[in-house]
Amino acid sequence: MKVKYFAWVRERVGKAEETIEPPATVRTVEDLIAWLSGQSEAYAYAFEKPKVIRAAIDHAHVKSDAAIAGAREIAFFPPMTGG
Amino acid sequence: MPVTTCPVTIRIQQDDFDIAREIAVLTGNRTDIGAVVSFSGICRGDEDSAKIAALSLEHYPGMAEEEIRRHADEATSRWPLNGVTVIHRVGRFMPGQNIVLVLTASQHRQAAFQAAEFLMDYLKTNAPFWKKEESATGTGWVEAQARDDEAAARWTRS
Repeated sequence: MKVKYFAWVRERVGKAEETIEPPATVRTVEDLIAWLSGQSEAYAYAFEKPKVIRAAIDHAHVKSDAAIAGAREIAFFPPMTGG
Repeated sequence: MPVTTCPVTIRIQQDDFDIAREIAVLTGNRTDIGAVVSFSGICRGDEDSAKIAALSLEHYPGMAEEEIRRHADEATSRWPLNGVTVIHRVGRFMPGQNIVLVLTASQHRQAAFQAAEFLMDYLKTNAPFWKKEESATGTGWVEAQARDDEAAARWTRS
């Protein structure tokens, strides 16, 4: 699946997007954040406060317990500040 | 009863917008519209007494348009609207420059006022845009405000 990062999450991860293949045990958004955090210090820094991170699956906001099965694109970003 | 149409225009662009022109596009050749509310969001020159040199806006292409459309659709289902225009700029802005435009048209003012406020409240908390401020002391991402969440929450239907 494709993963995208925005704003300071993107800056901390060090890339805007990538394709990942997490193991089958990674079932939810929360699981994915934990799995990514274990991949490197950059991810751990980006996700150090997982409650602050917002997520979207296929362009729709989701909660941290949302299942990621079948997702084409998952995005992680800080709370929004547009308008 | 006459059929009312409610065109919804959503644009995300770097270029500036012309408010008068956008209102003319919305109301042109129509006589069923009795009220247009226009909200413009403008880059401020200071934040909590600290001078702002510039503001950069980043967005999530694709989702930003879809999220605004979802809220525009909700607005048209909640209020008798005759037209909605939302233009959000992205890029780097100087104080005084336009950032966002929301236009709502209706037969009467109340629906137009309420729908414009609803759209702006949701735009601030749910549309994937992020602001970065540049000031004399450096650059930093703007933090989301609890008051914006509260403003959006008042529109939640129980």
